[in-house]
Amino acid sequence: MRWSKRLWFSIFALLLVSAFLLYSAPTEKKITVYSNAANYSLPVSEHGGQDYVGLFELLEPLGSVSAKSDGSKWKLHYNNADGEFQNGKKKIRINGRDMNLPGNFVLEAGRGQVPLSSVSTLLPLLLGGPVTFHENSRRLFIGEVAVHFTAQVNNGAAPALVMNFTSPVNPSISTEPGKLRMTFTHEPLVPPGSQTLTFDSKVIPSAKYSEDNGAAQIEIDGTVPLFASFSNDGRTITVSAVAAAMPQVPTVQRAAPPANLPSAGAAGAAAAAGPRRYFAVVDAAHGGNERGAALTDQIAEKDVTLAFARRLRMELEARGLATLLVRDGDTAMTLDQRANLTNSTHPGIYICVHATSQGTGVHLYTAMVPAVGQARGPFLDWDTAQSTFLTNSQSAESVLAAEFSRRQIAVKAMAAPLRPLNNIIAPAVAIEVAPSSAGVSSLLLPDYQQLIGATVATALAGSRDKLEAAR
Amino acid sequence: MIPRQLVIGTAVMLTIALGMAIYVRRLGKRAAVQELPAYSQPVAPPASGPTEQITLYVAYDDPGMLRAQGAKIPLPAGRQERAEELMRALLAIYLDKSSPHPLGAGSEVRSVYLVDPGLAVIDTNAAFADSHRSGVLVEELTVASLVETLSANIPGINRVKILVDGKSRDTLAGHADLTGFFDVSQMNQVVGQMQP
Repeated sequence: MRWSKRLWFSIFALLLVSAFLLYSAPTEKKITVYSNAANYSLPVSEHGGQDYVGLFELLEPLGSVSAKSDGSKWKLHYNNADGEFQNGKKKIRINGRDMNLPGNFVLEAGRGQVPLSSVSTLLPLLLGGPVTFHENSRRLFIGEVAVHFTAQVNNGAAPALVMNFTSPVNPSISTEPGKLRMTFTHEPLVPPGSQTLTFDSKVIPSAKYSEDNGAAQIEIDGTVPLFASFSNDGRTITVSAVAAAMPQVPTVQRAAPPANLPSAGAAGAAAAAGPRRYFAVVDAAHGGNERGAALTDQIAEKDVTLAFARRLRMELEARGLATLLVRDGDTAMTLDQRANLTNSTHPGIYICVHATSQGTGVHLYTAMVPAVGQARGPFLDWDTAQSTFLTNSQSAESVLAAEFSRRQIAVKAMAAPLRPLNNIIAPAVAIEVAPSSAGVSSLLLPDYQQLIGATVATALAGSRDKLEAAR
Repeated sequence: MIPRQLVIGTAVMLTIALGMAIYVRRLGKRAAVQELPAYSQPVAPPASGPTEQITLYVAYDDPGMLRAQGAKIPLPAGRQERAEELMRALLAIYLDKSSPHPLGAGSEVRSVYLVDPGLAVIDTNAAFADSHRSGVLVEELTVASLVETLSANIPGINRVKILVDGKSRDTLAGHADLTGFFDVSQMNQVVGQMQP
C-alpha cells in the first residue's frame, strides 16, 4: 500500500516537473539601444551564465564599423577607434589601452560577443561619448536622447489623466479590466522621480512605471474601463473613462455598416470634443498588432503610415482644412470601424495612407466597386456604398496625380480592390507612398514626408470648393 | 500490492521522460538552427495535348504593370484542365530566379473551377498567400495577372474569385481584398491604368 502511494506521488511530481520544463519556454532576451542615429533592438545570448551581445551589431547602426577575425583573435574598427579581442580571454585592448572585461570575450562563427555588463564601460571608449545603461532592463541610451514625461489628473466632470512627453511617442496600448497598459519599445522613455505615481482621483488612483527586456511600460490603474487618446502630435496622451471618451456617432442615414464603434484612437477624443466639421479624414492604414508590410527588418508599414498621416494633417490644417486622423497612435482598428467613423463625420474627402518599399514616388487608388450591389430602402449596400461618390473620388485622384506630376514626383493612378474604400460615403482616395530615389529609409525622412504631405494638401486645397459642394 | 518490478520499471520510465523534457527544453533554448519550412516544388502531372500558343499577362514590379507575353505550351482538351495548365505556366515564370515579380517558394495554384458560365474560381495553396509580399500595388499586380491570363485564354470568363487553400480569405497579403469577385472588365480597365 505504501509503495502504491509513493508511486502515485512520484508520477504526479515527475509529470508536474516535466510539464513545467516543457511549457515554460524562456522569453527571448533583447537589448534596446536608443541614439540620435537610430533606435533598435538586438538579441542577447547567454554564455557561462552571463548575458552577451554582439559588439559589431551593437555599433553597426551608429557609424562606420568593420571587423576581422584571425584564428582566435578579433579586431574591430569603429570610426576612429580600434579594439583587439581574443576568444576566451578577458583581457582586451581598446585604442592601445589594455583593460579587462567582466567575462571572457566570445567569438562564435566570426561574431564577437562581449558581456552585457561591460557595455557601459566599453562603449564610451569606442564611441567617444557617455552612455547610460539600464542593465536590469537592458536599455541603452547613447547621448542626450531621453524622453521625459509628466502626469497629472484633471478632476473635472470627466476625470482624465494627462501625460505630456518631451517628444512624440507611439506606444502599444492594451487594456484589461481596471488597467490600461502602454508599452514603449521604440521610445527612450526614462522613469519619473518616483516609479509609482498616485493621484487624487477615484477614477484613476495610480500609475506605475516599469522597465523590462528592452522596453518601458506605464500601467495605469482605473476603477472604470479606460481609454487613451493622442494629441499634440503624439506628445500628449490623455487617459479617461471609456464612457466619457467614446464618440457619440450620429446615425448614418445612407449606409448600413456593421455597427462596431472604434475602440481607441484619437478620433474618439476628437469626436467627443464637439460637432466640429471636418473637411478631410486621414486614415493611417494598419496599426496595433496589424503591422502591415515589413518595409525593412526594422520599419513596419503601420509606423510609416502614421508618420505620413500626421504630417498630412499638419499640412492640411496649415491651409485651413480641418482634418481628423482616424488613428493617432499605435492602435488596431478594423476596416469596418474605420469606414464607420469616417461615414459618421461626412467629410469632404477620405484619404487612406499606405506605404511600400517597392518602386518610387506614389501610387493613388480609388475603389474597385463590385458590380453587384443593391440598395435596400434608405440603406446602401455596404460593399458598394462608394458607388455614388466614385466619380468625385476619381476627380480627386486626377487632381492629386496632376499635382504630383507638376512636382516631378513619379505617380501612378488606378482603381484597386482595397477596403475600406468601397465602404466610404464620401470621395475616397488611397495613397501608397513609395520611397524617393534615396531608398527605403527616405520614408522616415521628415523632408520627404513634408514633400508628400504638402503636395496632397496643395491639391486638395485647390479643389476644396468642388469637394465641399459634393457633400 | 503493486509488484516491485512494476514500480521500478515505472520509475525508470518517468526518469527517462524527465530527462527527455530537460533535453527538449535545452534544444529550444539554443534555437540556433531555425527550421526551414518544408518546401518542395509543386509537381504537376505533365500536360498532354497539342502545343498551343497562349498569352500570359506577366506582372513587372519595376514599372508596376502587366506585359503580354506569348508562350507555347501543351494544353489538354478539357476547359478546366486548360485553365489549370495556364495558371501553372504563369506561376512558373514567377517562381523562376529571374522573375520580374517574385512569388514565395512553394506558391501553387491547386485547382481552377469553372463553376458557372462566366465564373472561374482559382484555388491557390496557403504558401501562395502566406509568402506573398505585402503592398497594394504588388498584390494587385498578382491578382490582375491571374485574372487577365485566365480570361484572355479561356473564352467566356467574366468573373473570377480567388480562394486560398479552398477557403475565402480577407486579403492576399494585407491589402488586396479577396472577399469578393473580380470583374474581368473592371480588371481590364485597371491593367490599362497601370500602363505608363
